[in-house]
Amino acid sequence: MPLDTSFVQKQFKVIGTRVKRPDGIEKVTGRAKYGADAFAPGQLVALVLRSPHAHARIKKIDTSKAEKLAGVKAVITSADLPDHTDGDRGMRDVLENCLARKKVLYDGHAVAAVAAIDMHTAKQALKLIKVDYEVLPHVTDVDEALKPSAPLLHDDIFTEGIEPKPTKPSNFIKQAEYGHGDIEAGFRDADVIIEKSYKTEQTHQGYIEPHSCLANVSPDGTAELWVCTQGHFVYRNQCATLLGMSANKLRVTASEIGGGFGGKTHLWAEPLALALSRKANRPVKLTMSREEVFRATGPTSSASMDIKIGAKKDGTITAAFAELRYQNGAFPFTWAEFGAMTAWACYDFKNVKSVSKDAVLNRPKCAAYRAPSAPIAAFAVESTIDMLAHKLGIDPVELRIKNAAKEGTKSSYGPVYGPIGIGATLQAAKDHPHMSAPLGKNQGRGMACGFWFNFGGQTCVDLNVTPDGNVTVAVGTIDVGGSRASLALAVAEELGVPYETVRVVVADTSSLGHNDMTDGSRGTFSSSMACVDATRKCVSELKNRAAKTWEIPVEEVEWVDGEARAKGDKYDNLGPLSLKDLAKGAGNTGGPIAGHSEIVADGAGVSFGTHICDAEVDPETGKTSIVRYTVIQDAGKAMHPAYVEGQYQGGAAQGIGWALNEEYVYGKDGRLQNAGFLDYRIPVCSDLPMIDTQILEIPNPNHPYGVRGVGETPIVPPLAAIANAISNAAGVRMNHIPMSPPRILKALKTKKK
Amino acid sequence: MKPLDIHLWGALRPLAGGASSVSMEAKTIRELFRKLADQYPGMEPHIKRGVAVSINGRIYRDEWDTVLPVDAEIYLMPRIPGG
Repeated sequence: MPLDTSFVQKQFKVIGTRVKRPDGIEKVTGRAKYGADAFAPGQLVALVLRSPHAHARIKKIDTSKAEKLAGVKAVITSADLPDHTDGDRGMRDVLENCLARKKVLYDGHAVAAVAAIDMHTAKQALKLIKVDYEVLPHVTDVDEALKPSAPLLHDDIFTEGIEPKPTKPSNFIKQAEYGHGDIEAGFRDADVIIEKSYKTEQTHQGYIEPHSCLANVSPDGTAELWVCTQGHFVYRNQCATLLGMSANKLRVTASEIGGGFGGKTHLWAEPLALALSRKANRPVKLTMSREEVFRATGPTSSASMDIKIGAKKDGTITAAFAELRYQNGAFPFTWAEFGAMTAWACYDFKNVKSVSKDAVLNRPKCAAYRAPSAPIAAFAVESTIDMLAHKLGIDPVELRIKNAAKEGTKSSYGPVYGPIGIGATLQAAKDHPHMSAPLGKNQGRGMACGFWFNFGGQTCVDLNVTPDGNVTVAVGTIDVGGSRASLALAVAEELGVPYETVRVVVADTSSLGHNDMTDGSRGTFSSSMACVDATRKCVSELKNRAAKTWEIPVEEVEWVDGEARAKGDKYDNLGPLSLKDLAKGAGNTGGPIAGHSEIVADGAGVSFGTHICDAEVDPETGKTSIVRYTVIQDAGKAMHPAYVEGQYQGGAAQGIGWALNEEYVYGKDGRLQNAGFLDYRIPVCSDLPMIDTQILEIPNPNHPYGVRGVGETPIVPPLAAIANAISNAAGVRMNHIPMSPPRILKALKTKKK
Repeated sequence: MKPLDIHLWGALRPLAGGASSVSMEAKTIRELFRKLADQYPGMEPHIKRGVAVSINGRIYRDEWDTVLPVDAEIYLMPRIPGG
């Protein structure tokens, strides 16, 4: 019977409690095994040779000297990874990004890789590989890349979405439009119009653990891959495609993960480790340095945006327009389009339009980064909304409440909303003590809203009752934010047993059916749905076993508080059978007791949040300190509130870094200038205040416990909330992210003049 | 069966002669996609790459057996990636 995913109001016993995390001891004692913590007998060390040029044609690669070096066991180039992608443009781009073929497209693009007996030998071998490049002109700025005169990266990109379709290739991938109404009429109706242009620089997810894997390909064609990833099943499928293998021959085991935030949903070097292992006939470990992570894995887009808003004097917004230009790195995607879809999603506008323009240029292939594309658009939109509030003399929260989307609003991306939570988060912000707290010298307060689409996806769970009456649960979604605790809570809740008796593990790809990535805020949403399904099936089986034990009809058995009870006057003299009793007797009632679930968890529902920020700007240095920060967001139901708070705080912390300091800096030569944490400044604890959270619980009607995904939305509002706070603190409107001390100082000096 | 108005996002409109919506009888997402691919062959590659369906404001990406209720508001949208 399919799972009924409808929310049912019930009194929870363990859901919503703050139980101890199952991975806590392992992590604080250093026992937890991450990507680089796996070893195999005879393993080799892999290193990758990367392009020093932003754009160049590869004329020749000579690996002969490297191959002859003692201790080198394999050298690969693109010739060792033939194209098995069968016309799939997306997979071909993954292949070309992992190892350049005819051209290198950015500084750091891989051109060859070696496997040797130790690091020293591998480094020597890299130096012996000679690459003959024909250096080509490059472009690293999105507005420059969109110009017809820009250096061309690919000769097969013809802009989609404009009529007539161009006959000449360009870097302009796609134009898309969203919205409704008549914006020109709306602007004519306006009493006030605000126009502003914005830029955001490229940022990396900044996960602490670099990419690492251990590949072991056997001569019989089977292979093992231990890897740090957000989705080992997707890695399995894609690596198998690129290596020309059957998926069942490749078993992928996921390590613990030291952060991903979208950056570990893409392949970067894993196919190289497998190809090297296949060629060397030895296990191969490949661990990226931090410099490689910056240069050759996927940051988010940099962008350039124009915003225009018109409003009546009473604050009614009559028209809103955005043009969003995002770069995708060296390979085509549609990151700007997602910005266009999310830009105005918090609001109920009669006339609204967003136009997106996506471009390729000579930077690393962009990857998803937590609510991908939305924070960039929200920075521009929410800054302009704030300017409008100032211009009209209306409180910024009141202006947003007046124009907020609600049930029945036609969203800016098309559909009409059902019940949504933006109004509730805004009202909570208005009522929050933070909004009325006094401010100190050089301090200002800002607030902003954010929106993200959550989703679910393919999910698979196996639940097994052990012979001693405890429970193991094998799941296929990577635990990036505490899902093992939440999933154990779901099983304990359904089964009526203590949390401590349930152990959840992330299974390898040969042990479960396909699972989609842990992305889109789906890990806990999807896998808890599957856990509820598997547990209900297990309970059904437990009732069968009790009926057999008692020799009574199964209809006369009920499952209450972790035990089978015989119902009614006829059988109520039978004592209850606990899970332990039934597990002990399982061998004589039909064998092992289990529950399984294979579902598509769909209909996740959209998510909204509102943030409040107090910033202090030093007028002499331009340095901004965040002195107070509050996150308000709807979680549907917080299964484990501490983890939900952690997601809210983590999103805000990353947003603070993005807003104030983080930035890819490219030289005129197209090379990345700051590929390390010394020069690419992410926030540390001393940079951050205690981030307060307020969890709203408006149940998701499409989940048995009312759960919503919570992981991504918290990074959407911070850029704008901080920009608005800085504007109120220092009297300068910052339109360029990051709002680093030099940029603020420059703005302050310009203001003085 | 009453036909549904299927709203198209920008990339699909040229494939339906520039229309912003098309009228179609379909009980499920699967039937809708099959009929769209039959009637507008240019949409098939998009459907294969992944199209999300908003049914009364709730977005579905994978469950093609999802029923399309009578008088439902149906929007086809790009399949969104996550982080």
